[in-house]
Amino acid sequence: MFGYYLDLALRSLKRNKVLTALMVLAIALGIGACMTTFTVLHVLSGDPIPSKSARLFYPQLDPQDMDGYREGGEPPDQVTWIDGMNLLKAKRGARQALMTGGAVPIQPAKADIDPFYSDSRYTTSNFFAMFDAPFLYGHGWSDADDESKSRVVVITRTLNDKLFGDKDSTGQTIRLQDADFRVIGVLDTWRPNPHFYDLNTGNYTELEEVFVPLSTSRDLKMPRNGSMDCWGKGGADSDHLENAECVWMQFWVELADASKAAEYKAFVENYSKEQKTLGRFQRPVNVKLRNVNEWLDYQKVVPSDVRLQSWLALGFLIVCLVNTIGLMLAKFLRKSGELGVRRALGASKGEVFKQLLIEACIIGMAGGICGLGLAFLGLWLVRQQPADYASLAHLDLSMLAITFVLALVSSLLAGLLPAWRACQITPALQLKSQ
Amino acid sequence: MQIKPILAALRRHKAGTFLIAMQIALTLAIVCNALFIIQQRVTHLSEPTGIDEADIFTIQNEWVGKHTDVELNAQMQADLQAMRSVPSVADATASNSFPLRGGGWDDGIKLDPAQVQDSSGTAIYFADPNTIDTFGLKLIAGRNFTADEVRSMGMRDNLKPASVIVTRTLADKLFPDGSALGKPIYLAGEQTTIVGIVDMLQTQSVDRWASSFRYRSLLVPARLTIELGGFYIVRAKPGQRDEAMKAVKQALFAQNPRRVIDDEVGMLTFDQVRAIAYDRDRGMAILMGIISVALLAITAAGIVGLTSFWVGQRRKQIGVRRALGATRRDILGYFMTENLLITSGGIIAGALLAVIMNLWLVTRFEMSRLSLAYLLVGVILLLLLGQGAVLAPAMRASKVSPVEATRSI
Repeated sequence: MFGYYLDLALRSLKRNKVLTALMVLAIALGIGACMTTFTVLHVLSGDPIPSKSARLFYPQLDPQDMDGYREGGEPPDQVTWIDGMNLLKAKRGARQALMTGGAVPIQPAKADIDPFYSDSRYTTSNFFAMFDAPFLYGHGWSDADDESKSRVVVITRTLNDKLFGDKDSTGQTIRLQDADFRVIGVLDTWRPNPHFYDLNTGNYTELEEVFVPLSTSRDLKMPRNGSMDCWGKGGADSDHLENAECVWMQFWVELADASKAAEYKAFVENYSKEQKTLGRFQRPVNVKLRNVNEWLDYQKVVPSDVRLQSWLALGFLIVCLVNTIGLMLAKFLRKSGELGVRRALGASKGEVFKQLLIEACIIGMAGGICGLGLAFLGLWLVRQQPADYASLAHLDLSMLAITFVLALVSSLLAGLLPAWRACQITPALQLKSQ
Repeated sequence: MQIKPILAALRRHKAGTFLIAMQIALTLAIVCNALFIIQQRVTHLSEPTGIDEADIFTIQNEWVGKHTDVELNAQMQADLQAMRSVPSVADATASNSFPLRGGGWDDGIKLDPAQVQDSSGTAIYFADPNTIDTFGLKLIAGRNFTADEVRSMGMRDNLKPASVIVTRTLADKLFPDGSALGKPIYLAGEQTTIVGIVDMLQTQSVDRWASSFRYRSLLVPARLTIELGGFYIVRAKPGQRDEAMKAVKQALFAQNPRRVIDDEVGMLTFDQVRAIAYDRDRGMAILMGIISVALLAITAAGIVGLTSFWVGQRRKQIGVRRALGATRRDILGYFMTENLLITSGGIIAGALLAVIMNLWLVTRFEMSRLSLAYLLVGVILLLLLGQGAVLAPAMRASKVSPVEATRSI
């Protein structure tokens, strides 16, 4: 029977091409809009480091003076050098890293490449292991390198390709800001999205290309990037940032489980109390310990425009579906005569219902396929935009599957009411009126 | 008009009537809010900066190698000299930032050093005596900076300007009685004096967080001498911007080749700066526009489809009416009125829905309240749309000949 119904449905759809096209188009537009915006939302709200996001924490503490104090406020988003170093050296987590972003001039040995600036990250030895950064060649640096301000550098695969042409460059020397550095590691392709460990340099920014020990970067006064907030007499004097009343660094800690997190929070609270008795901190103790996903939520990383667009697309899909229901209703009721004959010849209501649902399904499938095409077009349009997340907008397999399910379910839903209404036809009445 | 029989007829098409009304209601709610979003974004992106945008371009210049502040200060002065001597250039200046750039230095101003809360936020622009002319600003009170006031400021210095020039908006905010000129203020903890007031100059960021101090900008007589992140701002002679951009780049590299000017973003016309700054707003407005048009088109198509069906279904009745003396006009009127009734029902529900949707957007997306004018525009739009969409099927209905009454279908 299925084949027969399929044949009937196709004939019926062919009979009224404009109406069929209209229904397919409406579903396709709705699905296309939804899939485009949902894909963008899905990509942007993803977990940048799923294997570890629950174990990586971003401690916040409040070292400010009483100026502008409000009760119940949030501690600053970054830490001072002093607090960052104290927490780092306490080594209370399984791993910890203190870092900041920057940009360094690279002076290539090859004469055919002009000097250029690369985004850089100044951090401490645990960074690579903590964030599961994959190494193509070599390895990261050690605690001893941090201590001795070693002139060592880890670069990314792209920079390696640019400077050394796809070869293992470990052991080679590159010149950064008039100083020679030994390459000890090359990172394989890695782009955590969002750029969770430092949101000051852009939420969906590309990875930094150069990684230098924090102590070395301070030793050479390498230029830093990102936001800096100062209070009291603090100022942006880059020689004395180590003592300044400014927050400008990111501190991350890896903790084995939830109980360790509670312990760690207590440790930071104790530290804050201690600093308060020393007179450095003035505000009441205010410590927050958020894991990766909580931190991203708190920072409202997903642009609100993207969320707004998703809601609008959903509304758009609903209007398209209502429209399709109306058109399908008209179409099915128009077939009353034909259906009356089938009923009179012995087809049960169920059979007629099945026949009509198959027709609805075909429309849904066609709408889904066209919608998929529109989603590809939509995502291509998104990628043409200069937003920092634009290049991430690609359809993945799970979203592809969802497109089809969404198309099918929505067209079935749209077909239910009209099919049910059409089944209610009394065969006798239809035959009589003919 | 025969409203009662129309209502009676509609009662027999409950599902279809309800669907059209619901579609109209949803369309109205979405289109009203979309139009409102478009209007807000478009107003935002057409806000003036206060500068002469047509002839201005910006250069992001980064130095290679280590330099002392003194060297960089001398180098930058030589650069400015070189740029100003290019024939197509009207004037040039150096700064740490410019309006609409997105990032930069924002700080708070206090009127009293003991004050806890800042009196106002402000964007800080580094300037020299040429800045006012380069940007094309209007000095409405006081004086410009003098050349010997401009201090070099490196990574190691604190900002301690002896004098500042503020915008009128900032002056009015700090001294509402209009006495700003010559008054001391506290900037980054240091005392300084307002020596001049310019008419208008926008801040660096157009994001929502910066909207509280949008036109409260301030010029300090300083030159940023760091290797990374200095900007030159150049104003070309009228209509010569493109030549000036080429010539200036050549002049700079002839002056000193040890510098980096990025191929893509190193030199930008102010049109490009503006386009980049407002890209998100423009994108959102365009998207809302497309959604509104698509929704209206789909709704219109739905009305055409359903009405056509009804007309087809009622050919016989129409024939009977015609045979009994109804004019073509009567038949046309019948379908138009029918649509008007359904649309009105949808519009009443839609207006309510639009307001509810807006309230929800206000709480979730910090949007402002929908003004009733937009609701009115939406209502009129949909009434016209309904009448327009029903016209073709209704015309077809009016052409049904009275003979149909005698046919068996």
